[in-house]
Amino acid sequence: MAALSTFVEHYNYVITVFLMVTGLYIVVARSNMVKKLVGLGIFQTSVYLLFLEPAKIVGGTAPILEPDFTMYSNPLPHVLILTAIVVGVATLALGLALVVRINEAYGTTEEDEIFGGGHDL
Amino acid sequence: MNAALPHLPALQVVIPLLGAVLAAFLRRGAFAFAVALVVTWILPFVSAILLWQVLASGPISYAIGGWAPPWGIEYRVDVLNAFVLLLISGVGAVIMPFARRSIDFELPESKEAWFYCMYLLCLAGLLGVTVTGDAFNAFVFLEVSSLATYALIALGPDRRALVGAFQYLLLGTIGATLYVIGVGFLYLLTGSLNLVDIAARLADLPDGQWKTVMVSLAFVTVGVSLKLALFPLHAWLPNAYAYAPSWVTAFLAATATKVAIYLLVRFYFSVYGVAFDWRALPVGEAFIVLSVAAMFIASAIAVFEPDLKRMLAYSSLAQIGYITLGIGLANQAGLTGGLVHIVNHALMKGALFLALGAIFFRVGTVQLADLAGIGRKMPLTMVAFSIAAFGLVGTPGTSGFISKWYLAVAALDAGRWPLVFLILASSLITLIYIGRVLEVAWFRPPTPAIAHAADPPLSMLLPLLVLAAATIYFGFDTRLTAYVAGTAAQTLIWGLR
Repeated sequence: MAALSTFVEHYNYVITVFLMVTGLYIVVARSNMVKKLVGLGIFQTSVYLLFLEPAKIVGGTAPILEPDFTMYSNPLPHVLILTAIVVGVATLALGLALVVRINEAYGTTEEDEIFGGGHDL
Repeated sequence: MNAALPHLPALQVVIPLLGAVLAAFLRRGAFAFAVALVVTWILPFVSAILLWQVLASGPISYAIGGWAPPWGIEYRVDVLNAFVLLLISGVGAVIMPFARRSIDFELPESKEAWFYCMYLLCLAGLLGVTVTGDAFNAFVFLEVSSLATYALIALGPDRRALVGAFQYLLLGTIGATLYVIGVGFLYLLTGSLNLVDIAARLADLPDGQWKTVMVSLAFVTVGVSLKLALFPLHAWLPNAYAYAPSWVTAFLAATATKVAIYLLVRFYFSVYGVAFDWRALPVGEAFIVLSVAAMFIASAIAVFEPDLKRMLAYSSLAQIGYITLGIGLANQAGLTGGLVHIVNHALMKGALFLALGAIFFRVGTVQLADLAGIGRKMPLTMVAFSIAAFGLVGTPGTSGFISKWYLAVAALDAGRWPLVFLILASSLITLIYIGRVLEVAWFRPPTPAIAHAADPPLSMLLPLLVLAAATIYFGFDTRLTAYVAGTAAQTLIWGLR
């Protein structure tokens, strides 16, 4: 019962960790380079959640000084993650550009074929 | 000039960043090179003044945008990072003239301006990681430099460079993301991202939250170790170094991994070390074991490697092992040895990879089998190569000896005398792969394939000779390297709980 209540109270973290591990697994297990990048994206996104979840307070507002509001959500993690999203987008764009170039050079985006399948690497 | 003095920490990053934009707009390779040259030659003066100020009057704190730390981003320069800044900008300035001819030879004209743009971005990122005192800002700069690095590697003439860059992109991004997870835990615990502030807040953390700090320590360790290519997290390095343009390999080998090592030292000694005794965890032990494994396994692979660029890439892994060995020992001599070896290895590997770049420029190959007798055709190049190679082995009279001496003393200080034999034994393996190259280069008759080879033009030869001379100079005069590294090590050790 205690385990169940821990799970329910922290279900958001469970989801975060699930996404994290899923993403990492895809990067390791898939041979297709585009799929690897998808996995990488999921992995990075899970970290955005890790930062954002604790920053949100239910019923909290943006930190605007106004007598009507007394409970604020911390804005800093949101700003940080905005930066991290930009970094993530840049990484994804560069990764996809590389995959396009690899496809032109090798005629495939499967890592197995590049490393094993008769291509002279 | 006097007006600029208080802003030096920011200028260190702003100058290359603006240079990158300018280089991209100029579009012509020669103009972009001129921008890169001017920028890279200004930076060592900036970091030399910073180091001088720090040695004279203690750490400098610079509030970006006037927002006082810990709320705003703080650039914090102390002896340790002023030392690393000077190394990066100094090596960059020395090897820059080499780039013009080498890049012109290896890259199409249309890509040259973009190349210098990427290089300056990479430089800005590396200097940013080093100068910043903010954990998240360090992540952003780490990714600025890494993204530029992936592009630089992908510019390599061989199509395998693309695959190497892609592998590096995957592993590098995973490393950076793991680092952010570690920083995230620290932020959740302390509510701060300023490294000094985090350390102060960790110091009076209530009991029962230590588990989170340890998890954060684990994430930061693995993440940054991926970036610095600690064995066995090195899988990206050999391909990335082997297929990148020659000059890029020299630049990366001398700077990129060094900055990651700096970040690790910073976190261990200035953040975690202040709060609790991380040496009580088996972190140091793990580092010693992995370092020794790197020293032997990577060196053994290098012995059987026919491609010289790959051979030196594996050799880099082994040399990184020496640096992390000093960090793992975590005493005064060990840390000094590790920090000194950061400089010495940068100089030696810079010289070695530049020599390979010069050979590739003249002969078009760096396969050992094709280079019989190259020493007679390109004598000055190979003399520089040989000096740096002997430095790698740790021959007395070269700077490599100084670092290994400190490491051996550190092992004895820690009461781990078997490590002294392991350092010696791995140096002998280094001698084997170095000797193999020197034998082929000097003692075999030249083959017809290299009949027209000659020493490269002066702009390429001079950086090479300067680095080789530095390898010898720092083997005798250790006032700059060992003294500053010793001072930095002392400050770090004092900070430890």
